[in-house]
Amino acid sequence: MDNKTTNILIVGVGGQGIILASEIMADVFLEAGFDVKKSEVHGMAQRGGSVSTHVRFGPKVFSPLIKEGEVDIFMSFEELEALRYLHYLGPKSTIILNRQRLNPPAVSLGNEAYPEGAAEILSRRAGKFKGIPARDLALQVGDVRAVNIILLGALQPFLPISEKIWTENILSRFPAQAQKVNLEAFELGRSA
Amino acid sequence: MNEKRILLSGNEAVARGAYESGVKVAAAYPGTPSTEILENIRAYKGIYAEWSPNEKVALEMGMGAAFAGARALVAMKHVGVNVAADPLFTMAYTGLRGGLVLVTADDPEMHSSQNEQDSRNYAKFAKVPMLEPSDSQEAKDFTGLALELSERFDTPVMLRSTTRISHSKSIVLLKEPAEQTAEPKLVKDPLKFVMLPANARKRHPVVEKRMEDLSRFAETFPENRIEWGENKIGIITSGISYQYAKEVMPEASYLKLGMVYPLPQELIRSFASRVEKLFVVEDLDPFIEEQVRAMGIAITGKAAFPLCGELTPALVAKGLKGFSPLPVDEISRNLPARPPIMCPGCPHRGIFSILSKLKLYVTGDIGCYTLGFLPPLSAIDTCVCMGASIGNALGLDKALGEEALGKVVAVIGDSTFLHSGITGLLDVAYNKGAVTLIILDNHTTAMTGRQDHPGTGFTLKGEEAFQVDLVRLAKVLGVKHVKVVNPYQLAATERVIKREVKRPEPSVIISQAPCVLSRRERAVTGKPFLVNSEVCTGCRACLRLGCPAIMWVKENENEAGGKKRKGRALIDHFLCNGCTLCEQVCKFSAIKETNGQ
Ligand code: SF4
Ligand code: SF4
Repeated sequence: MDNKTTNILIVGVGGQGIILASEIMADVFLEAGFDVKKSEVHGMAQRGGSVSTHVRFGPKVFSPLIKEGEVDIFMSFEELEALRYLHYLGPKSTIILNRQRLNPPAVSLGNEAYPEGAAEILSRRAGKFKGIPARDLALQVGDVRAVNIILLGALQPFLPISEKIWTENILSRFPAQAQKVNLEAFELGRSA
Repeated sequence: MNEKRILLSGNEAVARGAYESGVKVAAAYPGTPSTEILENIRAYKGIYAEWSPNEKVALEMGMGAAFAGARALVAMKHVGVNVAADPLFTMAYTGLRGGLVLVTADDPEMHSSQNEQDSRNYAKFAKVPMLEPSDSQEAKDFTGLALELSERFDTPVMLRSTTRISHSKSIVLLKEPAEQTAEPKLVKDPLKFVMLPANARKRHPVVEKRMEDLSRFAETFPENRIEWGENKIGIITSGISYQYAKEVMPEASYLKLGMVYPLPQELIRSFASRVEKLFVVEDLDPFIEEQVRAMGIAITGKAAFPLCGELTPALVAKGLKGFSPLPVDEISRNLPARPPIMCPGCPHRGIFSILSKLKLYVTGDIGCYTLGFLPPLSAIDTCVCMGASIGNALGLDKALGEEALGKVVAVIGDSTFLHSGITGLLDVAYNKGAVTLIILDNHTTAMTGRQDHPGTGFTLKGEEAFQVDLVRLAKVLGVKHVKVVNPYQLAATERVIKREVKRPEPSVIISQAPCVLSRRERAVTGKPFLVNSEVCTGCRACLRLGCPAIMWVKENENEAGGKKRKGRALIDHFLCNGCTLCEQVCKFSAIKETNGQ
């Protein structure tokens, strides 16, 4: 990682908590002493449409957008959405996939089929691959919304940033009564 | 002084810049990607901040504040500048007393817009200077610089952002607000501020002289800076394009423009003379390119970079180095699309399911309800700009007469109606249009994230305010037939729509129900509905509502358990908001409410 910028692409469906995940990431990288940029598209994307967020950190970052073919870490909150961004993957990308399916309208209506085999396709193209049933784990800790924190937990071992910086940032974002659940979620993600 | 480094979006940084540089009055109408500027200014003490009904009023009120000597910020999305263009052009003549910055957030790629016009043309057209930041730090600093320039040169100053500046985060160094600027006061200066022809004729040469002064100033403006690298390639650029170019070709020489209008001609000439090949990297129009070319300098711009859509690092690499961007993977290309879609339980869905069923020609407008265009509802036939639904419907009526009667209806949201629809309805009433307008009144500006407006009873600061009464408003404009409907009652609403569209007179239907995301009110129970799989015949009537909570489950003969159906409907109880629409459209009573879990 040294002098190079690390490129993280996070994708999924509006409403899955992707924005919060990317906010935490960006703050953690800042806290760890890096230059950071992050870009996302609001607006129409919020009504359950596809969402993608680019996060980049390193000694000096220019573009907030990642170039196709140069993603180091790819985190997808949803299987179909993961397949939309294959051309962003680098030759050795680390892939973290939430094993969750959300039907887009044409699939709900029965007009198109949900693609099969996302995990297989991705693991074949990945340097390292981690598939996680984050939604089930979130239900296990008692809060469906914790999917994003679980995925951040899964990300932590791949980055040179201490666990403490992550957990402190997560704690700072939740009211007292929600802190325990989210710390548990983070731990569960780490060990998944 | 305690200096803090934090991550801010471009919009948050503009808000912070307003605070640090002593802005007293800020106004805007929400519009992606500019909305968060005012939402963030709201929190700063000492700034009066408001949602104005539209961008023209916002700019006029900002101007009034600056007439008093206060510093003012007015923000809008690119198409908002069209609405505010009238005061803008004459403001260049009057000048101001306090500083005024007009922030425009352009949307290359049209992530959330109906066109991708390039606002830099407005700076040239209206004869006002324009700054363009390339990250959040500059977004903050340039807001302050714009106000200083505004006061120094007695002119409004435009600050141009783009989606990738407004909605990208980067590190910003915070400062505390500078010493207070001069107290505003009432000072008469009619020769300067009353633009009668006689006065305006005297002001025009002032404007031209000011542009000359600004051009000279641009030559030494520190934010127009040269970064020398190799002299083989020189790149003139600004805004987000600068970051992309630096990313893909850090070794080149750069002329990075902080002020994109007027251009520093001497600086450009000397930069050009010292590099072998000159490029200009800019989003959208060849704005810098054409001016450089007019100076007789050879430069490569749109011949290498696309005119449509936003630039990306890959597109910039292609233009500068000839590297082709990686093609979209075969697998990715064949995936089902995932467009945004109206929320489960959205009050608009009932109206659009009726309009779809009645196969009406629907003139549409700007808001969440534009999503009524998408299948399976497919019930929007036009969408142009804020308020256009009404004028469009009147034009159809006047061109087609009897032919259009009973076949056309206009739809507009409450916020959009108050922004630009009132005058359209006035035209309908005044000129006896046989037009039916449905106002989709969900008590908010939903599309941009639920902002208040004059119809909600609250201000940007959350204070209670007078709530305009849409029924009375339509009546005083001259519409005799005004009906209020509950969009969750399909049969009753359908009867009203059928009757009103046939009326050879102006009529208004107000569909009243709050946005399901509203924090203040609730019209739906939130208790999920359930499809009885025994009773469901697979007729798909509920699926035609396009509710994201309802999905189709295919079945083969065995699975259908002897039933003559190809599949059945299933409701996702996590998504369902309990709006009852599917229950109403199911002819077999297969859908029933649950007790909540
Ligand atoms: S935000 Fe409100 S108005 Fe927009 S689609 Fe959702 S429910 Fe409808
Ligand atoms: S009641 Fe039916 S139409 Fe309404 S939100 Fe639930 S599933 Fe959708």
